[in-house]
Amino acid sequence: MSEFTVTIDGNEAAADVAHRLSEVIAIYPITPSSPMGEFADEWAAKGRPNLWGTIPSVTEMQSEAGAAAAVHGAAQAGALTTTFTASQGLLLMIPTMFKMAGELTPTVFHVTARTVATHALSIFGDHGDVMAVRSTGYALLASGGVQEVTDLACVAHAATLKSRVPFLHFFDGFRTSHEVLKVDRITDEQLRAMIDEKLVLEHRARAMNPEHPVLRGTAQNPDVFFQCREACNPYYLKCADIVQEAMDRFYKVVGRRYNLFDYAGAPDADRVVVIMASAGETVQETAEFLREKGEKVGVIRVRLYRPFDSARFLAALPKTVKTIGVLDRTKEPGALGEPLYQDVITALVEHQASGGNGFAKLPRVIGGRYGLSSKDFTPAMVKAVYDELKKPQPKNHFTVGIEDDVTHTSLPYDESFAIVRKGTVRSLFYGLGSDGTVGANKNSVKIIGEETPNSSQGYFVYDSKKAGAVTVSHLRFGPQPIHSTYLVETANFIACHQPVFLERYDMLAKAEPGSVFLLNTLASADAAWDTLPREVQKDLIDKKMKFYVIDAYKVAKETGMGERINTIMQTCFFAISGVLPRDEAIAQIKHTIKKTYLKKGEAVVQKNYEAVDRTLANLHEVKVPGQVTSKWSRPPSVAPEAPEFVRKVLGRIIENQGDALPVSAFPADGTFPVGTAQWEKRNIALEIPVWDPDTCIQCNKCSLGCPHAAIRPKVYDPQSLQGAPKTFKSTEAKGSEFKGLRYTLQIAPEDCTGCGLCVEVCPAKNKQEVRRKAINMAPQPPLRNAERENYSFFLKLPDPDRSKLAVNTVKGSQFLRPLFEYSGACAGCGETPYVKLLSQLFGDRAIIGNATGCSSIYSGNLPTTPYTVNADGRGPTWSNSLFEDAAEFAMGFRLCVDKITEFARELVTKLAGAIGTELVDGLLKADQTTEGGINAQRERVAALKGKLAKIDKPDAKQLLQAADYLIRRSVWGMGGDGWAYDIGYGGLDHVVASGRNVNLLVLDTEVYSNTGGQMSKSTPCGAVAKFAAAGRPNNKKDLGWMAMAYGNAYVAAVALGANDQQCVRAFVEAESYDGPSLLLCYAHCIAHGINMRVGMDHQKRVVQCGHWPLYRFDPRRTAEGLNPLQLDSKAPKIPFREHAEAEQRFRVLMKSDPERARTLMERAQAAVQAKFDGYTRAAQPWATSQEEQPQESAAAT
Amino acid sequence: MDLTVEYLGLKLANPLVAAASPLSREVDGVRALADAGIAAVVLYSLFEEQIEHELAEHAHYEEAGTESFAEALSYLPNMDYFPRGPAEYIEHVRKVKQAVKVPVIASLNGTTRGGWIKYGRMLQDAGADAIELNIYHIATDPQVNGREVEARYLDAVAAVKEWVRIPVAVKLGPYFSSLAHLVRRLEEAGADGFVLFNRFYQPDIDLDTLEVLPDLVLSSPHEMRVPLRWIAILDPLVKGSLAASTGIYSAADVLKLLLAGADVTMLCAALLRNGPGIVPAILKDMQAWLQEHEYESVRQMQGSMNHRACPNPSGFERANYMKALQSYK
Repeated sequence: MSEFTVTIDGNEAAADVAHRLSEVIAIYPITPSSPMGEFADEWAAKGRPNLWGTIPSVTEMQSEAGAAAAVHGAAQAGALTTTFTASQGLLLMIPTMFKMAGELTPTVFHVTARTVATHALSIFGDHGDVMAVRSTGYALLASGGVQEVTDLACVAHAATLKSRVPFLHFFDGFRTSHEVLKVDRITDEQLRAMIDEKLVLEHRARAMNPEHPVLRGTAQNPDVFFQCREACNPYYLKCADIVQEAMDRFYKVVGRRYNLFDYAGAPDADRVVVIMASAGETVQETAEFLREKGEKVGVIRVRLYRPFDSARFLAALPKTVKTIGVLDRTKEPGALGEPLYQDVITALVEHQASGGNGFAKLPRVIGGRYGLSSKDFTPAMVKAVYDELKKPQPKNHFTVGIEDDVTHTSLPYDESFAIVRKGTVRSLFYGLGSDGTVGANKNSVKIIGEETPNSSQGYFVYDSKKAGAVTVSHLRFGPQPIHSTYLVETANFIACHQPVFLERYDMLAKAEPGSVFLLNTLASADAAWDTLPREVQKDLIDKKMKFYVIDAYKVAKETGMGERINTIMQTCFFAISGVLPRDEAIAQIKHTIKKTYLKKGEAVVQKNYEAVDRTLANLHEVKVPGQVTSKWSRPPSVAPEAPEFVRKVLGRIIENQGDALPVSAFPADGTFPVGTAQWEKRNIALEIPVWDPDTCIQCNKCSLGCPHAAIRPKVYDPQSLQGAPKTFKSTEAKGSEFKGLRYTLQIAPEDCTGCGLCVEVCPAKNKQEVRRKAINMAPQPPLRNAERENYSFFLKLPDPDRSKLAVNTVKGSQFLRPLFEYSGACAGCGETPYVKLLSQLFGDRAIIGNATGCSSIYSGNLPTTPYTVNADGRGPTWSNSLFEDAAEFAMGFRLCVDKITEFARELVTKLAGAIGTELVDGLLKADQTTEGGINAQRERVAALKGKLAKIDKPDAKQLLQAADYLIRRSVWGMGGDGWAYDIGYGGLDHVVASGRNVNLLVLDTEVYSNTGGQMSKSTPCGAVAKFAAAGRPNNKKDLGWMAMAYGNAYVAAVALGANDQQCVRAFVEAESYDGPSLLLCYAHCIAHGINMRVGMDHQKRVVQCGHWPLYRFDPRRTAEGLNPLQLDSKAPKIPFREHAEAEQRFRVLMKSDPERARTLMERAQAAVQAKFDGYTRAAQPWATSQEEQPQESAAAT
Repeated sequence: MDLTVEYLGLKLANPLVAAASPLSREVDGVRALADAGIAAVVLYSLFEEQIEHELAEHAHYEEAGTESFAEALSYLPNMDYFPRGPAEYIEHVRKVKQAVKVPVIASLNGTTRGGWIKYGRMLQDAGADAIELNIYHIATDPQVNGREVEARYLDAVAAVKEWVRIPVAVKLGPYFSSLAHLVRRLEEAGADGFVLFNRFYQPDIDLDTLEVLPDLVLSSPHEMRVPLRWIAILDPLVKGSLAASTGIYSAADVLKLLLAGADVTMLCAALLRNGPGIVPAILKDMQAWLQEHEYESVRQMQGSMNHRACPNPSGFERANYMKALQSYK
């Protein structure tokens, strides 16, 4: 291994160069580019300097627009500047990009090319974002693999300084940004040789400087703007040459050769594919394979897409070419073709039309789309394109990789076509996120990449769900360089790290004959065969596979590894696969363990060593019998009684078979049915709560706190118990309002995540054995079948009458059916209880606009949604627009609702004669402030519709459609603190100021949780977060205080774990207020580094220390002469530090930099006290009032 | 008046030593004690179990939730730069040594043989003048007999003494069937001195929450009677040093313990309650008593009323309750 060889992913490769070549780095999180900013921030925190010996200044901004502006400013002021982004983030930068290019400002944006949200959001890779900025004037430089990312990042930084054209260096999101590959790192000396110091100084000299001032950013008029705009042309005309020069210099300095257009394939090719970025690797690999078979094919890999150098492109194209297939990883509906296709055509036609004689006959060009949203792009698809190019009338504007059975654009391809290189080990590992499989596989890639001459590659496919997430690792190892930028197609080693996957996935579909299947199982080697489903047994026999088993749980338990079976399974892989001699492999694993874990303590190292040592004795080969003997088959992914769409479409996605679904299976506009999470029974809980009716006090706190709506209470008539399953539990309902009724607390055994949060919040204790509560955790498997039956019976029990429940109490609210259930949020999530509460209280008339983030992902990430309907079919209607615009999006709902309601009321008045006075009066004067009032209005609307159906007038038809608007709607904008405090603050502020009846729910985890815990302005002082690796030095923004300043908005700060009653009351009050309301909900989060099971205790502490005072500000009170602000929590009774010490996000700093931690803790403590004092003063009863506020005190902690 | 004493081979200006307590968590706290006249300081304990727990906790949280979800492959910054293990304590010992001239005794609570040795050496290397082994074990397992419990103590002392050059004292609890026998065996295993006694955290029950609460009630003055008896009994039996700990509030307490045979007396609750200012007050009162009773030095009086030297040794041997009851009447 060269001393400069490293095994890293694309993000680290780009950041490594960008960090060394920048002075100012402005960042903002967005998947999949966030890690680049995180690397830069961590490196800066650790004091890693740039090439000139100074540590780059790394600063997070409030949005990508802010980051771009900061980059613009820094570059204008003379700094070498960079940023990292993708997708919508890049789109937010567009206005600044035009400016920077117009002012010829050198910079490099490193972009992980990602799908732009259209009918749906996607975090995965395509070129939609990059293509959306191609008119900005940025040079667009594409990298196809991790090595190229390193190399072309360097070229981009060199070329921008020389050309003064700003550069966008992009590579494919996830496929390249997250692929771990062995690459050669560029040394500082090499970088120095690439960067011309004179150009750096010239950049500085052009900077805005009061010592020799200039004016930029003028406003120009029709007389001169045009000319000025053309003045930059010489720079663009030179740009391509400059990039090629930089590439040539790179070759001299580093030894790797790049060109603006790199051709590979037959010199006399008659068919050529033109393509950019990672798929170019696959096309080149396939072209070479086909060429070996005698086909005259080739590929042009476009590196510099803008400025497009026609001459060099034509020069790269073999003159023998007859047909060209241009592949775009983007879609431009309505265009003549996708961008690269159009550019190729233009280049060819211009060449031919201007008398160029490069080609005997103008080659035929066809264009196609592939790989949107990281859709795997395989050699089989490439071959389909080459085959199409052979045809006399090849299909143009095709798609490849999908089955388009609607507009028939797709090319068929032979799925069995695969390029198998001898000596390459291709492995698949099915694991759980929590068992450490991916981490161990990344280590394996490093071991082989860095400790042997072999090449290694790792790519990892993750789950849509956070709780119980499944990971699939795709690893390749071999003596030859690996250019396969697609998933493993045929594997010679497949490992199943969790036996439950046998029930769910067809893991052996990709097993090649003679390959190995390794199973982690509780069964002994003798019994393991009998635990397999028939399908697996059949594959093992038919494919003549070898079958190994290990009880990794046992080894992990014996060696103190808990659930982390990663090291054990990794050892098995090396022992069986023979990638390295066994002893050498073991030694390398131990070496890596030491490197990885020594910082975590000798004990951690030792237990990993022990796990390795004990593995081999527990690894057994099972002789595969000649016959299938199993008595069970893999069950369907969803129940047979599920709706057809769920069975035929969503069920396939659940089975990991979504790739096989045709276009016709899907809606054209991204609209999906609700109520689908109930069909995705994931059975991820190892333990579930078991109810003890005798101990239970029926407070329903467990239900309120449950993040997954998996524990539910119900009161019902005793007669409903007829036909109850034998183990169904029921007891007399407590409370005079439920006299004569029965009460049941029921667990949803297959939907529970086993987080245990319900048990922690249960206040009831068994009199004989205090450690036992009214609910206690017990292993799920033995309970599963009985509780499934019980739950099914429970769901069929009638829901209580909403109008008879005290919905503004904890107990009463929990008898309302949750219309948000079984989300894929983290086990023990602190956000979802609030969302569920909203759905219970207002879900049957709620319209929700959700900012992008955790809440949009657990709500709307396919295959299923937790939003559902009640027995009448009513429920929340939900949509996600963008990250930044949820408040305005919801405001749009309100504007529409108000307008159409007004219109409906006008029509009711207009049609009064036909409708009848009594009904008209009822409709127009309805009191809809209570559940009973809303019910009555629903009945009136139903009566109205009955009448309207019989009236044949245009107005009646209009009213029939608008009548539903006469029922009061509940309009919500929802999102996290990243949205509310940072990127969406402007909109949120505007909506609060507007006075319109929009409810804004802020799920405040104090970090950008969904993208991995980056700092927001809600992050408390002293907490470590990504982008604040040295600890946040500033205090948390007081969003509630700012909103209260308007005086017209209902504002409340709540924390379920601290005061659930206050929380429920605040929700009801906020929604009832006819004006804007802002609900700030403290949510504990996995990003805090806490045990999620006791998340509610953390919520309690955050209130007790005064960091999160509970309050309600209700403008309605002013009319009664009362202070609108009521403080619902008491003065701080524990120091802030006590809260902080319980959370890893603070502890990290206390341990790593105690002095700074102490300073920041003191700052935070002072802020907490000042905040509480301020609130206390502001909440003083008004002198003019006689208030004692007796009723409010009930809500105080 | 010569107040000097020798403890664990260390020359001390007087017999007042600060016991392990939160006062020694900060360098400034130690400096204040030294400035007040304390003759040596025992630092708060380094707990192997706590270190291992913290390391395991950090390792857990570093990995919890990682590599599961494409958008959030981790939730906290990479913590390579995180200094782990007992580095903080070691650094504290170093800083304290730089800050004060009085001897500094590090306190160690280990759980494994490896831990005792590793951390013992680390404390020595950090500059500690001596080590106090803070051993305690609550024997809840009915399968473990008293001999096995005592073996843990003996093993720990032997392990540390094998690898550490500086003096080693053992802090013991009072609950042994034969304390004198155990002390002799510990001395044979290499112990240079004994600190009598360790006061354990005693749990309490919260009647509101029905939870067991770990709680430490500061000692009361009358509690010095337990070490008083045992120091008197052990003083003639041991070659090494004896430190009295628990319930020492006044010069009178100190003097009594010195008479019984203590080489030093360790203050804890008195310092926590009254601050370092109590040190000069005690020293002043001590000097006054010594002068009044015409002692030349502390050494002169040390052990003069131990089990062997006192006029009525049976007073230390029996609970003497008959007399107590009579006096009560």
